[in-house]
Order: sequence, then C-alpha cells, then structure tokens
Amino acid sequence: MHEVDMTRCLLLSMNEWKQQHAPRVPAVDRVHLEVGTFTCVEPDQLVVTWADAVKGSWLDGAELVIESVPLVGRCVRCQATYSPDPAEGFRSPCCHHPMEEIVSGRELRIRSVAYGFESAPSPTNPVSRPTAAR
Amino acid sequence: MHMPLEDSLGINLLAANQHRAEHNREHFDAWNLLCLNVMSSPGAGKTSLLERSLAALASRWAMAVLEGDMTTLLDAERLEAVGIPVVPITTGRACHLDAAMVSGGLKLLRQRLDPAGLDILWVENVGNLVCPAEFAIGEHRKVALLSVTEGDDKPLKYPVMFREADCVLITKVDLLPHLPVDVERIEAHIRQVNPRTAVFRLSATTGEGFEAWHDWLDAQRQAVQSSPALLHA
Repeated sequence: MHEVDMTRCLLLSMNEWKQQHAPRVPAVDRVHLEVGTFTCVEPDQLVVTWADAVKGSWLDGAELVIESVPLVGRCVRCQATYSPDPAEGFRSPCCHHPMEEIVSGRELRIRSVAYGFESAPSPTNPVSRPTAAR
Repeated sequence: MHMPLEDSLGINLLAANQHRAEHNREHFDAWNLLCLNVMSSPGAGKTSLLERSLAALASRWAMAVLEGDMTTLLDAERLEAVGIPVVPITTGRACHLDAAMVSGGLKLLRQRLDPAGLDILWVENVGNLVCPAEFAIGEHRKVALLSVTEGDDKPLKYPVMFREADCVLITKVDLLPHLPVDVERIEAHIRQVNPRTAVFRLSATTGEGFEAWHDWLDAQRQAVQSSPALLHA
C-alpha cells in the first residue's frame, strides 16, 4: 500500500523538476529509479501505481524504469564484501559476523529523466542540457 | 519525435517526505525536545508501553503523544486517561504516518500547549512492520517493538524495520514461560540485522525491564537537550 505514497512523493519531485523547464512542458519518455533490494519497496507494485497515477497528467505515457540494486554488506572483521542471505541471518559467510555495514541495497533514488520537447526550441529558450547529479 | 535529452537527478525517491521531515526536525530541535517514533506490528504493545512509561515518567518529564491510528481513537483515549496530552492522527487508508501527517498533528498540539515546554514527544505509529520504516517523520530516534508472541523469525522477515531502529524493545516477556519461544534467539536475530541497536526486554504487565529502558530514554533526552544538532548525523 505504501507504494501509493511513494508514487505521490515521486510525482511531487517530478513536478518540481518540470518547473525548471517552465514555461515549456517536457515530454517525458522514461523515469529511471534505483531501488535497493533492502528496502520496503515492491518494484512491480510501484510500476503499477505509477501507471495509474500519471494517467491524464503531463506524465501520461512516461515509463517507469526501475533498476534493482542488490544488497551488499561488508564484513567489518575481514573487510570482505558479501551478499547477505536472509536464510543465513544476513551474516557474513567469511566470519559469520552480523550485518554491520551495508554497502548497497538501501537505495531509493530518482536517477534520471529521459525526455524531450515536442517543438523546436527558440534561440531565447534553448534546449536544456543534462544537469549534474544533485 | 523529439531530440532525446536526459537529466540526472540523483535525488531521494522520498525527497518530498524527507523535506517535510527535516522541517519537523527543525521544530523539535528549536523546542529542545526528544522526538521518538514508536513502531511495531499491530498488537506488539506500543500503547501498553506508553501507558506504563508515561505514568512512570510524568513526574520527571513533560510529555505529549501524537497517536497514529488508521480508523479509531481507541488508543488515544487509553493514553488520555494517563493524563498526558494526546493528539490523535487518523490516517484513513494509509498504513503509516508520514512527515506531513505529523506536521498536521504538531499544529493541533500547538493549539493546546507550547511544545517548547516538553521534554519528550512520543509518536505512536500505525501498527505495521513494513511501511513506517521508510517514512521519516523528523524523529530523533526510532524505537521498534517486537513481542515474544510474534516469534523469533520476525527480525529476519522484516529486517528493514529492525535495521532502522535505534532501540528494539522485546515486549510481553512475562509470557515467556507459556510460549515455545527462545528470547535469546529473538535478540540474536535482531543483532544479526542491526548489531548497533540497543535492545531491552520488557513486560508492561509486570514492569520488568522498564528501569533500563527509561535510563536509555534519559540518555537520549540528555543528548538531544545538550546538543540537538549532533543527532542529525
């Protein structure tokens, strides 16, 4: 159920991003997310709620592309990275140490937006360029 | 067709909630109070915990409660009976509190009292072991409850909640003699997903374990009131 609220947050961020291009309205092809496997997000459910939420809006037809980021831990004893396994209690396979350090897997990130403009830009309103990651 | 462009955003999916949570946190810090986000599955004993702790601590600290519930005011009424100000937040269909809901609760609270006079603000979240873990509300500390009746596997089945918790309370330990459950195993599983969290074993029925839990609370309250900015780390 919380994917609905997550989609709402995503739409708020997308509306803020749209304002950067005002008065033109970008035609969004894809929104790329990075979602860690050690989060409470179900990617398929997020895609469904997104498709429903954008119907009839300026984002209608925009695809939500979710890249899954695997859970990776680092053993604080031997510094080895490993894939924590719930069946093994998330412990490091090398030292059986508890999952102290998480290297990746907690990501909930809007990575990028692929878009364009339907009409050619005027000289006084140039096409925006890719911006640096914030 | 249009010329393909791409903007790198690199912002949190929940940035909108995060911004509101940071705004709440600024208020908490300005008021110099400790805000606790209390989370668990339904029936783990959040309200019973608060009833006992509020009654025990009322003479030492000024406290208030924001009480999240999906549909009813039942928990809020229980806590009002203790004599502590309670603001109910009915979430409707939402299975967690978010920062905007807590912000709304704070507005109502401010109509009743000056939060600057509080030492601790408790936020009892909606009973759910999944969603509340991902939605910050501006709290200084996350407290998760796990009752012994839920079994020892829950920290491994719902690891994000227990990973995020600054403190885990194993509740209803007075029932241990009647249950085929190993409390050592429960605690071991909690520490496997979060070796840094504080863990206490409590019974709201007998009062067992509350002294250590209240000592932990006191340490957190002192940390906030002496240097709230440090807790942003």
